[in-house]
This record gives sequence, structure tokens and C-alpha cells, in this order.
Amino acid sequence: MRRAAFPRFNIRGVRALYLFEMGRFKRTLWQSLATPVITTVLYFVVFGTAIGDRIGDIDGVGYGAFIVPGLILLTVFTQSLSNASFGIYMPRFSGTIYEILSAPVSAVEMVLAYVGAAATKSLLLGLIILVTASFIVDLQIAYPVLMLLYLALVCFAFCLAGFIIGIWAEGFEQLQLLPMLVVTPLTFLGGVFYSIDMLPEPWRTVSLFNPLVYVVSGFRWSFHGSGDVAPWISLAALLGFCTLCIALVWWIFRTGYRIKP
Amino acid sequence: MKVQNREMRPPRSSRAAGDAHVAGSAVLSVAGLSKTYADGHRALDHVDLDMRRGEIFALLGPNGAGKTTLISIVCGLVRPGSGSVRVAGFDIRSDYRETRSRIGLVPQELHTDMFETVLHTVRFSRGLFGCAPDEAYLEQLLRDLSLWDKRNNAIMTLSGGMKRRVLIAKALSHEPELLFLDEPTAGVDVELRREMWALVRRLRERGVSVLLTTHYIEEAEEMADRIGVIHQGRLVLVDDKASLMRKLGRKQLTLHLDRSLDAVPRALEHWGLHLSGGGAVLEYHFDASDESACVPQLLRELARTGVEFTDLNTRQSSLEEIFIRLLEADR
Repeated sequence: MRRAAFPRFNIRGVRALYLFEMGRFKRTLWQSLATPVITTVLYFVVFGTAIGDRIGDIDGVGYGAFIVPGLILLTVFTQSLSNASFGIYMPRFSGTIYEILSAPVSAVEMVLAYVGAAATKSLLLGLIILVTASFIVDLQIAYPVLMLLYLALVCFAFCLAGFIIGIWAEGFEQLQLLPMLVVTPLTFLGGVFYSIDMLPEPWRTVSLFNPLVYVVSGFRWSFHGSGDVAPWISLAALLGFCTLCIALVWWIFRTGYRIKP
Repeated sequence: MKVQNREMRPPRSSRAAGDAHVAGSAVLSVAGLSKTYADGHRALDHVDLDMRRGEIFALLGPNGAGKTTLISIVCGLVRPGSGSVRVAGFDIRSDYRETRSRIGLVPQELHTDMFETVLHTVRFSRGLFGCAPDEAYLEQLLRDLSLWDKRNNAIMTLSGGMKRRVLIAKALSHEPELLFLDEPTAGVDVELRREMWALVRRLRERGVSVLLTTHYIEEAEEMADRIGVIHQGRLVLVDDKASLMRKLGRKQLTLHLDRSLDAVPRALEHWGLHLSGGGAVLEYHFDASDESACVPQLLRELARTGVEFTDLNTRQSSLEEIFIRLLEADR
């Protein structure tokens, strides 16, 4: 029996894949950054300033500042799903995935590279929107470090979900199906523009079945120190979502679902 | 494409492993490999194959025979069924990093990132396979493949032949010991085909073992040291090309007679001769390996019988004819 010589962790392989994905981001910089930023700024202008002035404070926070965490997450959700799903779907579509699957790269390394690159993009986007918002509304962050960690976790979790969609999708239509039909409506109904306490029953109770309520609430708590649910419940929900995604990714690689016959 | 024979370093993985580069040892060892896809299609059926280090092995077979499935399993693109596959002594399941780092794959289809430049995509491949950057090696590789002048061009601007060279450059970027060429000359012009054959020979001189699948029997006849024929998932035959031609090849002696014959003379009947061309042509078919098929003796007997001829020629069956006969026999 020969003794193995290849490193236990293919750091160069991960780096190559990660930089390749980031290179794609650079090539489509305008589309990747400008579009969501402009869209979010428009949200701030319309809801934060034009309409927000007539709404008043929520939980002691001005309406403009109140919607900042939700609007950041609105973009982060959609961009995470879109970037991560596109990142793995394109090599499947173009056939270039043969090279990745035939390389000495483990499933964990592959996921780290693809999801890591997509999460980096989403994190950058979220931070750019945050900076942009700070020019428009008076913004204070109660727990900045927790906010950053939480945002990074959200990016990672939704990029994992995007990765799964990219493996599952058999066409560009399916690639857009879940983000457009499920995630966007759930985000809008997840307390981005309002506190669920403002809803009458039974809609308040119904809202508690929307998982994105917990994610948005936790992020808002890191900004304003208050949310629709307790922060530890938000964190538990997010970690639970992460675990579910990791389990699905593990199953995909174990069975070769749609990547290895 | 430059094809001059100059000193080049052996594959990286062989140099690193040291004791691995033993001439004559199996670089690829497949034992009892079977694969049945989810739809029930049995693509491979107990395939056994040992590939020697430094040889060019041609895997022939009709469409759907299992050639690509075999390559895909070794490379990690398809999950193996039962059986074992070892590359340079390493198991493809438990030591997949070792096996994959030793393999280069050039797929049949032109799968490349069209927006990338040639140099970027080759750098990417080298990094993906865990190799440290080596600009000098990549420059030499691209120069060898006549791609250096195109290094900053986006791949989508290249011709089909150039794109195929890029795929070869990517497959060689990590200096593999074993190179799989899946239909390397499918759809390429004659000139590029000749250049690729020359490149493959140069790779072998460097110590790279090459397994190629091809529909062009001429390609296998021209390049391969050994030939395997796969049909309906089973490896029907593996043999040295020369031995195969000798053992399974048929020869034909054709004599153009001075005068037409109505029938083969009784004294010559034991030779199994065949008259054609209205009795003007006498044909003698025999196995290339049959020592009793003594042509001079036949000619002497013809002279004794008074059968004279104006011209004669001999012809040996091609690999293609052997291949077709093998497949027909296997049906």
C-alpha cells in the first residue's frame, strides 16, 4: 500500500475556486452591486422618507431607521440565493463542472469555496447598503459586532440554500422559482416594513409561522435592541436553518444527486 | 503546435512520489468494475484492465459501449458500482485526492469558461488540482500547444481547434501521470489531428501514460501500444496492437490469371482457393498467424498445375476490419 502525499486540505484548490467565483463577481460588478444598491436606495427614499415621516416611531425608533435591517436582509436574501445558485448552476449548465468534480477537492472544500465566495459578495452588498442607508437616515447600531456576526451567518445560511437550489434546478426558470415565488413574498411578510406586533390577530400568529420573521427580528435586535421575538429564538431559528441546509448538502454529495450519476 | 523532441521533466506526481515511477508497473488497475445507472442501464459489466506506466492505450468501442463511463468513474465524475479501481496504487474511493491529482482529463465536448482568458483558465486548473503556481511551466505548456500568443485572449474568441488545445493545456496544467483523452480528435481537421498525435507521443516520451477513446480506428492503429475493445459494457479484448494484428488479422493473396478458369483445379482444392472476376482472379485467404499458410508453396503448386498469372498482390486486414469482426462475434 502506497503512502498518501497529497495534503489533507486542498487549500490551493479552495483558493482557486473562491477567486474564480470572485472574478465572476468582478466581471459583473455593475450588475452585482449597483442594481441592488439602487433598488434599496429607492426603498429608503419611498418608504423611509416620503411615507415614513407620516408613520411615526416604532418601538421608539424612527421609521426610516426601523426598516434599515429589513431592507438590508431583503437584498441579502435574494442576492445570496441568486449568487450561490448561479455559481454552481453555471458549471452544471456549461459542462465545466467536470473539471471541479475530477479535481482533488472534497465536498466540504467545494462548498466552502462556492458558498464562501457567494457569502462574501452578499456580505459586501449588505455592508454597502448599510453605509448607503447611514447617509439617508439617522442610524445607530446597538450591537455592531453581533450585527456583523449575525449578518455573516445569514449570508452563509442563505448562500447554502442557494447552493442547494443551484444543484436542484434543471433550468434557469427553476433557478428563479424559489427565490421569486417563496423567499421574496416571505421576506415582505416577514416584518421588513413593519413590526408584526402591528398586525391584528390571527395575522400576527400566522406570521410566526414565517421563518423569515425570526431572521429579520434577530437582525433588527442587533440594531435597535428590540425585535418581534427574543434574540436567542432568532439565533436558534437561523442556526436550525443552517443545520438543515448543511444536512441537505451532505445528502447531495453522499448520493451524488444531480451532479454524479 | 511544436512537436520537437526536447528534454522535458516527468509528471509532477511521479517526481513527488519517487518510488511510484517504476517502469512497467500498472498506472491504472481496474478489477471487476461494474456500473448500473439509476435507470437500470448496465454500462459496465465486470471490467478488468491493467494499464502499464508510459503506454498509450486505445479503448475502442461503439457508441454506448461504456468507454466514457469507465473514464468518468476513474476520474470521479461517476460513482462506481462494484469492483475496484486503483491509480498508481491508490484507491479511487479512499485515496481520491491522490488518484485525481495524478489524472488529467480532456473531455470530448468543448466545456470551457468562455469568458476567461487562456492563461487564467490554465492557472485556475493548476490551482484547483492543488499545485503551487509555476508560471515557467505554464508558459512552456502554452508554447508547446501554440497557445502562448493567445494567452490573453478570451476563450470564446478562439477557434474550435484552439479551444481543444486549451482543454489539453488545462488537463496538463498539474503535470499528471495519466492522461485521459476522450475522443480527442472528434470533429477536428486532419492537420490538427496529426499534431495531436505528435503531442501524445511526446507526452509518452515524458513518461505520461495516455488512455484514449476513439471512433477513429486509424487513430488507434497509428498511435496505440495496446488496444482494448469494449462492447456492451464488457471488455471483449485487450492486447498489444502488433499481437492483435498478427493474431486476428487476415491476409489475402490475389492472383490475376493469364487465362480464365472454369473451376479451381482438383490438385489445388486443399488450399481453399476462391475464383472471382469471371474466373480471371484467384484469391487465397489465410490467417496472418497461420504458419502452414505457405505462399511460396502455393505458388510452386500453381506452376506445377500449369496455372499462370500476370500479377499478384497481398493485403492485410486493417484494425477496423478486426474491430468489426470482434463486435460481430460478440453479438
